[in-house]
Amino acid sequence: MSRSRKAFSARALTVYALLYMLFLYAPVILLPLFAFNDATIVSFPLKGFTTKWFDVLWTTEALHGAVRNSMIVAVSTALLSTVLGACAARASSRYRFPGKRPVMGFIMLPLVLPEIIVAVALLVLLMQLGMSLSLWTVILGHVLICTPFSIAILSSAFQGLDTSLEEASFDLGETRWGTFYRVILPLVMPGVISSLLICFTISLDEFIIAFFLTGTDVTLPVYIWSQLRFPTKLPSVMALGTILLALSVVLLILAEWFRRRSARKQGLEASAAGGFM
Amino acid sequence: MGVTLDKEARQGLTLLSPAALYALLMLAAPLAMVVTFSFWTQNYLDIDTTPTLDNYREAWSKPIYQVLMFRSLRISLTVTVVTVLLAFPIAYYISFHVKQRKALWLFLITVPFWTSYLLRVFLWKVILGFNGVLNTALMQVGLIDEPLTFILYNANAVVLTLAHAWAPFAILPIFVALEKIDRSLLEAAEDLGDGPVRQFFRVTLPLAMPGVIAATLIVLIPTVGDFITPRLVGGTDGLMIANMIQIQFGKANNAPLGAALAISSMVIVASISLLIYFAGKKFGGKVE
Repeated sequence: MSRSRKAFSARALTVYALLYMLFLYAPVILLPLFAFNDATIVSFPLKGFTTKWFDVLWTTEALHGAVRNSMIVAVSTALLSTVLGACAARASSRYRFPGKRPVMGFIMLPLVLPEIIVAVALLVLLMQLGMSLSLWTVILGHVLICTPFSIAILSSAFQGLDTSLEEASFDLGETRWGTFYRVILPLVMPGVISSLLICFTISLDEFIIAFFLTGTDVTLPVYIWSQLRFPTKLPSVMALGTILLALSVVLLILAEWFRRRSARKQGLEASAAGGFM
Repeated sequence: MGVTLDKEARQGLTLLSPAALYALLMLAAPLAMVVTFSFWTQNYLDIDTTPTLDNYREAWSKPIYQVLMFRSLRISLTVTVVTVLLAFPIAYYISFHVKQRKALWLFLITVPFWTSYLLRVFLWKVILGFNGVLNTALMQVGLIDEPLTFILYNANAVVLTLAHAWAPFAILPIFVALEKIDRSLLEAAEDLGDGPVRQFFRVTLPLAMPGVIAATLIVLIPTVGDFITPRLVGGTDGLMIANMIQIQFGKANNAPLGAALAISSMVIVASISLLIYFAGKKFGGKVE
């Protein structure tokens, strides 16, 4: 009796899990469907297969500008946040010093702050300083929100380091920098790459901060936002979204792969819960 | 010993200082600036820097701001409850029923959320619209005769879209909390005669509480600040306070009032979060 009830609840949970996954994937499945759909209206029923919406993308100058801007912003953000994040993660996992917890808590704060607050705050500061908005101001904001993610990823990489390796390197006559370059960096390198990829992905998709802080040079999400108002542009926006989705998935799989390699290098088991989230 | 500790502390502080300095300049200073700003007044093109509480008076007393604030809180709280309730079973399923491929399940859960946020919200509009996917499907099956209209351009649509957008942020903390539960405690409860339902409510749920509280706060706080979802799927009845903040900083060109609205909503959300945090601490023990 109890066993059959247990089996029943297990099956009910499985069904629920599958339905939930359908809910999660519903919008994502539609994206490629409409991208290849031969109709100017984004709605069912589907008309036929076409790749013309992708061709439109190749000839849209404004889009190319937005892609270029987004690349500049995302690459700079990834590099800067990973450098800041690596220093902070190393400091918090290796050293003990007064005030560590509150300072770390403050650096991690953007994780829970609504993005509009971050955006508005930076905007007010820039207005007061009389700085004009540009891609640099977007980068400033993105580094702020990406650094906590970088710290989260790199903390686990640094925590797994065996301090005796470091001591051995000192005993063998390496300097601090030499130890860092030849012992520590190679060991945490996969974590660094994973952090770079995640920060790049977050920055590439970030809209709210970019919307407030962008000047005349728009980033890709801001461009997409402006296109959503024009019904005729929608199918090509779907095509663009499909490309972005494919790109993000590839980047994420790469990031995950590097993270696991880093864990394996340090002889840890890649835990299911760790990683980029 | 004292000397080595000092050196260690120095090295640690030096390493932490770039990130700390950045947060100080780009977060603390701007937030302080917003607070200052909220006490100033906009005079057409320039700003009057005489300190005044006028912006707060306006933000707290004008009906439109009150309505938007209450609606934002109501929508965000509903989103939070819905998201956490929907997320719990899936976290439970992965933690207790999936044996081999937990990491794969978690990965599959996060994948949809790396699609452009804007496009995800927009696609919900396509799904829920008058000629949308859902209406077309339901009519073809014959469940309804004419398109449902209560599912788009209102608060329901905002709740559904946000519950989708924040799903992984609710699932992951709950999953982590469930994974930490010592399975032998459940066996002990079973041996002592607790049925599955009592086991769940007396052992699993209290121990998972830290995860549930974390999920609640992670979803609640940012959703109050979202203005894209209300703009795209909310219609006029689904607009939230963040839309008004955005308008004040944009078209309305009244940044001081926008700042006062932003500060007010942050204070309210922070107090509610603290309430939830302490209530959770009392109910489920330690929250990390």
